[in-house]
Amino acid sequence: ERAHGPYQPREPGYGLHQPGHSPYDDQIPDPESRMLAIQNAKAYLLKSSTTSGLNLYDHLANMLTKILDEQPTNAVDIIENISKDVKWAQFQKKMDTLRDEHEILPTFEAAEKRKALFLKANGEGDEELEEEIGETPLPNVMETAFYFEQAGVGLSKDESYHIFLALKKLISVQPIQTCRFWGKILGLEMNYIIAEVQYHEGEEEEETEEEEVIEEGGKRRGEVEDEDEEKEKEDEPPKSTYKPPPVIPKEENGTGANKYVYFVCNEPGKPWVKLPPVTPAQIVCARKIKKFFTGRLDAPVVSFPPFPGNEANYLRAQIARISAGTHISPIGFYQFAEEEGDEEEEGGGGRDTYEENPDFQPLSVVEMVDSLSTWVHHIQNILKQGRCVWLNPFQKSEEEEEDEDEEEKAEEPDELQQEIGPPLLTPLSEDEGIQNIPAWTAQPSTNLIPQYAVAILQSNRWPGAYAFASGRKFDNIYFGWGHKYSPENHTPALPPPVQAEYPSVPEITETRDPTLEEELAFKAAKEEALAAAEEEDDEEDVEDDEEEDDD
Amino acid sequence: MEAALLPAALELAAGGGAGLSPEKRAVLGASLLLLQRDYRFERVWFWGCIQGVRGAYYIAEGLGPDRAAPRSRLYSLNCVEWSLLPPATEEMVAQAEQLKGRFQGDPSFEYEHIEINAEDAERLFEDGKEPTIKEEARLVATIEQIDRAVGIIPRGAFVKTPLGSVHENRSFEGLSLTEAKKLSSYFHFTEPFNLKNKTLLEKADLDPSTDFLDSLEHDIPQGSWTVQLEKGDTVVVLRSLLWLGLTFYHVPMTKQYGYVYFGTGEKNFDLPFML
Repeated sequence: ERAHGPYQPREPGYGLHQPGHSPYDDQIPDPESRMLAIQNAKAYLLKSSTTSGLNLYDHLANMLTKILDEQPTNAVDIIENISKDVKWAQFQKKMDTLRDEHEILPTFEAAEKRKALFLKANGEGDEELEEEIGETPLPNVMETAFYFEQAGVGLSKDESYHIFLALKKLISVQPIQTCRFWGKILGLEMNYIIAEVQYHEGEEEEETEEEEVIEEGGKRRGEVEDEDEEKEKEDEPPKSTYKPPPVIPKEENGTGANKYVYFVCNEPGKPWVKLPPVTPAQIVCARKIKKFFTGRLDAPVVSFPPFPGNEANYLRAQIARISAGTHISPIGFYQFAEEEGDEEEEGGGGRDTYEENPDFQPLSVVEMVDSLSTWVHHIQNILKQGRCVWLNPFQKSEEEEEDEDEEEKAEEPDELQQEIGPPLLTPLSEDEGIQNIPAWTAQPSTNLIPQYAVAILQSNRWPGAYAFASGRKFDNIYFGWGHKYSPENHTPALPPPVQAEYPSVPEITETRDPTLEEELAFKAAKEEALAAAEEEDDEEDVEDDEEEDDD
Repeated sequence: MEAALLPAALELAAGGGAGLSPEKRAVLGASLLLLQRDYRFERVWFWGCIQGVRGAYYIAEGLGPDRAAPRSRLYSLNCVEWSLLPPATEEMVAQAEQLKGRFQGDPSFEYEHIEINAEDAERLFEDGKEPTIKEEARLVATIEQIDRAVGIIPRGAFVKTPLGSVHENRSFEGLSLTEAKKLSSYFHFTEPFNLKNKTLLEKADLDPSTDFLDSLEHDIPQGSWTVQLEKGDTVVVLRSLLWLGLTFYHVPMTKQYGYVYFGTGEKNFDLPFML
């Protein structure tokens, strides 16, 4: 508003007064349309939103304040996100009487469990400390992890250390003579950490309870069958001639496939669970199916052929197969125990015990990598039957064990011929490959520093099984999903052929229905016979009557 | 996984037992940086390692300004010298799908006896050559297949600009713990197939800047991903069951995520039987 006229250039005050910019403008009620427009705009900006209660004016002010405080680079590109963040921050009331309960995240509980691993058990005195420093079955997990790390195999150091402590806890709870970290098997919901353990001699808990339960179940079934038979004595349907194949008994604890006992846990910090010993039926079935592990030991294994057991049994069977197929050691580390009279009976094989060789001379890494005959299997092979030592289920008398053949060789004929597998301590060069791939891939851990390289072997049959050797140290480990490698796709077993029905025997064969002509002929013949019979009857009656009359 | 974060990332993805030796880790730190310089990549990702029978291939990917553009792939046998791989073509992928068995470990190895359709056969036989495919081509095709099928990112990690190019989202603060356990919070980082098939109702909820990819929810077969919390529930690890060896990790409420492949490079065709 031109309160003071237009000033001419030569008058004082020229240039000082601009329309609408004089220092007194805000005190002067301003009807000019531009100011009105500005005020309207501001009023619009100050209008609160009906949905959120914010107004744009304050929001823009907050946003600009935040930008000027933080001064991010390229603010114009992320302006929308900044706007969203400011709005989000509005809704967090800092001074509210109602406070959010502290969220108990599941991570906190897990952290508690892991922390518990690191606490020393109460009541440890000096005596126990001495015991610990002496001979302990606890394996040096970190050292093994170091060697495997040279190959690029292994868990993170954190996890390895947690496993170390978890094994220590296991040893303090169970009477264990030797213990080893076997490996980790991945599952769908949870993973398994597996420890291979041998009990002190004589301290093993015998599983008599399970056997008794099975026997009782068998007796009850027998009684029920008897009752049924009594009811149906009159008209019995033909008896089935099906005899189920005999159940092959599992190997004793401490021998063959059950030589070691396995403990599993899902995560270090969780309690260790013992896996039941494996039966040959489970191994035979496990060879035919391929299923992922879920991570829960009591989960059922739904498959065909139906697996006799739950996931704990399947896990144990796979562990047994992996151990038998991939546990190896440098040649000469183990030797057969000296026993007298063996050579006469068995011809130098079939031993199932070995001991460490005190005169072991380690070979150089180059030799260990170049030739596979410098490594041997030290776990007994599992035969097709599912046991390490062949047992003829039809013979009741116990026979002596004899030599065993490779299970991968030609199938045995139906008549139960003795199965033989490779003897213990066979070198790896005898391992068959798959198609044109050798069974093992050998590499040194590094080509740049050969003096300190470690010999690493990877199994191609069981992907995930590794072994290393360096001087006198060696170990085996498994990290994987627990399945064998097969270049062909897995084909599930076909269902067995339909069972033959009961045999055709004259008593139950239906006779042919008579045709119409036969029926008519039969009817005619019958009528004739009837008529003939009536005549005779009549004659007899007449004769009788006559006889009676005579009297 | 980002080359710059390699050491930390390897620790987080090591739950499956596969990783790199200290020697490889050390050399990758330097050689991946040099790759970035030589090829002028904006980002370099260490893709993983395919184990062959006689050797292993280490793979790296380089990304340009548009992160969703086809990536350049390089391979190395020793992590020191890298060679650029040719881009993957549909023909290569189709041929490689027929090959079975392990990689040999030698890039010039030739596979024989592959079947191709009649037209191609005529063309080739005119030249007088038998159809063969080199291991290098198989490698390219396998990496392409794996990326297409199971290369994943968390939702919100990348944004699409109105011009169509894709960038990292600088405001991405990580998924929350509950979100991280759901398969719908992860996307395939490749051309989307199913977006158009969603119902209008679903599309209305999508945010076009972040939801421009397929999520993992509708992957076939269902259950082909395992979601686990590791390291005391602090890291979410997704493992693919279709391509065994692909591991994706993410620390909730932080910006750390990535995927890496350590495996034999074979598709798990037995998956439906195994679930």
